[in-house]
Amino acid sequence: MQPATDLPDRRTLLNDLWAIQLEKRHISDQGIKTLAARYQISEVEIEGVVSFYHFFHRQPTGQYTIYVNNSVTAVHSGMGAVISAFEEATGARIGQTDPTGTFGLYETSCIGLCDLEPACLINFQPFTHLTPQKVKALVWQLRRGVPVEQLANPIPQHLRYQLPPDRAVLLRPFVPGETLKPLLQLDPEEVLSTLEASGLRGMGGAFFPVGKKWRLCREQPGNEKYILCNADEGEPGTFKDRMLLQYLPGLVIEGMIHAAYATGAAEGWIYLRAEYRWLLPELEAAVAAYYDRGWLGAQIPAKTPFRFDIHIQLGAGAYVCGEETAMMNSLEGLRGEPRVRTYFPVERGYRQKPTVVNNVETFAAAARVLEVGAERFAALGTPQMKGTRLLSIAGDCERPGIYEIEWGTRLAEVLDWAGAKSTLAVQISGPSGQCIDPNYGDSCFDWDDLRCGGAVTIFNTQRDLLQILRNFSNFFAEESCGVCTPCRAGNFIFTRKLDKLAKGLGRADDYVEIQNWSNIMRQTSRCGLGRAATHALLTAMEHFPGYFSRYFTPNGVAGAQPFDLEAAVSDYRETVNKTLGTTKTN
Amino acid sequence: MAKAVSIQIDGIEVQAEEGQNLVDAIRGAGVFIPSLCYYEHIQPPLGTCRVCTVLVNGKPTASCTATVKPGMKVVTQTKELEDVRKGMVEMLFAEGNHFCPACEKSGDCDLQGLGYRLGVTATRFPHLFVNRLIDYRPERMVIDHNRCIRCRRCVEEVHTDAGKAVFSFVNRGKDTEVAIDYKAETELTEAQALQAMHLCPVGAILVRGKSLARPVGERKYDQPGQGWEKEEGAIEVPAPKPGAPKKVVATTSLAGCFGCHMSLLDIDEELLDVVELVDFNKSPITDVKAFEGRCDVGIIEGGCCNSENVEVLRAFREHCDILIGVGECAIWGGLPAMRNFIPIEECLLEAYGRTTELEDSKVVIPKHEDLPELLDRVYGCQEIVRMDYFIPGCPPDARHIWKVLKHALFGQPYALTHEEFKYD
Repeated sequence: MQPATDLPDRRTLLNDLWAIQLEKRHISDQGIKTLAARYQISEVEIEGVVSFYHFFHRQPTGQYTIYVNNSVTAVHSGMGAVISAFEEATGARIGQTDPTGTFGLYETSCIGLCDLEPACLINFQPFTHLTPQKVKALVWQLRRGVPVEQLANPIPQHLRYQLPPDRAVLLRPFVPGETLKPLLQLDPEEVLSTLEASGLRGMGGAFFPVGKKWRLCREQPGNEKYILCNADEGEPGTFKDRMLLQYLPGLVIEGMIHAAYATGAAEGWIYLRAEYRWLLPELEAAVAAYYDRGWLGAQIPAKTPFRFDIHIQLGAGAYVCGEETAMMNSLEGLRGEPRVRTYFPVERGYRQKPTVVNNVETFAAAARVLEVGAERFAALGTPQMKGTRLLSIAGDCERPGIYEIEWGTRLAEVLDWAGAKSTLAVQISGPSGQCIDPNYGDSCFDWDDLRCGGAVTIFNTQRDLLQILRNFSNFFAEESCGVCTPCRAGNFIFTRKLDKLAKGLGRADDYVEIQNWSNIMRQTSRCGLGRAATHALLTAMEHFPGYFSRYFTPNGVAGAQPFDLEAAVSDYRETVNKTLGTTKTN
Repeated sequence: MAKAVSIQIDGIEVQAEEGQNLVDAIRGAGVFIPSLCYYEHIQPPLGTCRVCTVLVNGKPTASCTATVKPGMKVVTQTKELEDVRKGMVEMLFAEGNHFCPACEKSGDCDLQGLGYRLGVTATRFPHLFVNRLIDYRPERMVIDHNRCIRCRRCVEEVHTDAGKAVFSFVNRGKDTEVAIDYKAETELTEAQALQAMHLCPVGAILVRGKSLARPVGERKYDQPGQGWEKEEGAIEVPAPKPGAPKKVVATTSLAGCFGCHMSLLDIDEELLDVVELVDFNKSPITDVKAFEGRCDVGIIEGGCCNSENVEVLRAFREHCDILIGVGECAIWGGLPAMRNFIPIEECLLEAYGRTTELEDSKVVIPKHEDLPELLDRVYGCQEIVRMDYFIPGCPPDARHIWKVLKHALFGQPYALTHEEFKYD
């Protein structure tokens, strides 16, 4: 591979593709040709980028493009009926447009509205709590020409649990600029030591100490450094970053400003997932307001005044772009494939320069640490996990929404606050996390226990675990970047294995195989996606042996494998009956 | 010259160059480590196939993505690691549609060569049977997506003189594949096209008219030194013990071509020894139609394509102590499984609905209570019953079959030579 600096600058490619997609409702052959000429690369490379992101289409997607969320909470709250209603009302079949090209109807991975399911995006505007009746009315109004923006549903803040004022960190009154005040007294070095003293860890799932990460970046030679805010909150069941971006964007921006001051970076990006495109105008306005006040741009007031600019890049639909190196590739206009881990992003990240990547909540928390002080922050939580974290709670409970909890809080308490009744299972940290039995033991949110990435999804006793796990498995098979064997082929193979169980053809051998195959994927996958993909399945098997015993029945006598002969010959019989009495068509 | 440093490979201190790719360092130390995507001068390394996974300081790592650092501790040979690496190769076989006997690259294929070397007889994973494109559109090349392992070598390495990429990954997830740029392909010189074909570790990139240049038998993995050495071994036949009852063997050919039975007969004059030692029960060799009693060993050729195959296979499982699947078709479906990509309606209409050879213009798909019914796809035997052993090959070598059979019947240990195991 040539060094990145020799490559044509493709950073604007995603935006160019978006412009074409939104205007023409698809990326045409002509569009590909034009861009290939503009960037002086082969058409197939453009094709490679287009086909990586699921919001770029090569076929027309209709004047109104409808994306129905297919994550498990949506399925549980009636997605099937909603899709049928859309099909009936629009005349489009799922995955297609209607014959007139007015409506395009598609399923998509989690759109970050799990507290408001069933939900969909129409021309990237959110519609929530859908019912067949509501869908009918909605389509009728769209046909009448009512603008989508007018019809879209407002998205509530949904704060369901807030800590008392003396313990709250993230969810407390916010005055813009307030967290920036300490910068007038502090050196970058002091900002770093404050963060280090606070014990704040990254909230994206790896929990790397924030102060240490920023320091590593600061210590790298060179002036060109970057701050990336990972707003690609793609883990199904998570939506707390959505709330922060919508209701506390200033706090996130201020966290990035702190990072810039501490590391010496002059440029920052917010990588916003396309599912949150409806947040873009407000977010842009929030950034603009910081420029207006002189808190972004040249000469930001501080003990040593500095320069920092923030840009926003819209993703285009790819869960894996939440992986930091994939996100950097995406920002560079490439396919969002995770890089080989030769370097850490703080060594060589975006454009091969030292880069701090943190997610939305981490920047917000960092700003608060500077505001409330390291001591107060460090006094909260547990010895290993300081402070608080936001939980996105969804699924079978009375009060889905955002909860700010102190690390060390017990799961049982949280479920109680949420009004979860007859709970069968709780999915911690989304499909890549654990599927646990809340009635077993006394779990709490901590380093050694529930090291939660933010999502808590509740399933009651009416739900079928295997159906849930198949939903997860299909998700990973679709959302794998496809580069490494174990994740690309392994996740696909797992969907087949779970199909087999669902057909009632599983045996004790399959239990052992699932463990062996998972181990292979865990040891060989290139990034966290493949390593974590079977985590939910394994933990569910461990926590619910009684449930799974019906799927892993003892191995058959005399070596017969379960095989459904009737099902296997049904296609043949159907064909014979169908063709009876027909004549040949040469 | 890079600095020589000391690292540990499987507990042994060795010298390697600091910053050197770990695959090279491991090989330099005389330790075998498999790889498929690794191509020395591609930087950064591709790290796509994951076949070279080892433990670096206790952490599973694809060794091609690591570089030598002083004092690093590398573990390459544990039972688990060997199983994991073999699993990777098996996964690639299960994911693609690898019909080695029909492949131009057979014998020159790194995936196939690695399969032999790691002793892959059957993949532990279900074959996915995804219908994939064979792209004949490029002017000079044919791209067979059935065989592609998405190693990415071509994507990174093949460029036109103007510096444009000829290949790119397209799609995502399970649908990820490598696509070719038709325009850029025409700009390649003949030499560059051939280089692309040779760069491909499998038979996915073929240059028209050039893909069979080297005769089978003289190809890369036909040569000793590619993970095997030539050896001659005479088959020893145990002397029959006086008074001991003869072992009973049954055989059948399901959805197969009888080629494996032919191969069985290829043990020539040693057949005379065989009949001294065993009795054949139900078998096309004896024409015994129904089981007449319990058998020690059942030999199955072919997979299951119809209801009768399933019934026969189940009867074999019931009557035989040991079941041996012989040949690729028994293992995973083999050549008959080429229909697995096509809906059965399409297969039947092609055969009975679109020909005008019969005067009657009615579509008549054979159906009668005496006729077996076709299955929706061809199944490997282990999808229907538990199989005890597999002998891969198309067909397997006669000596290979015989050695396994002897082992099963008399518990004799055996070793296979590469030529007996290899089947292209």
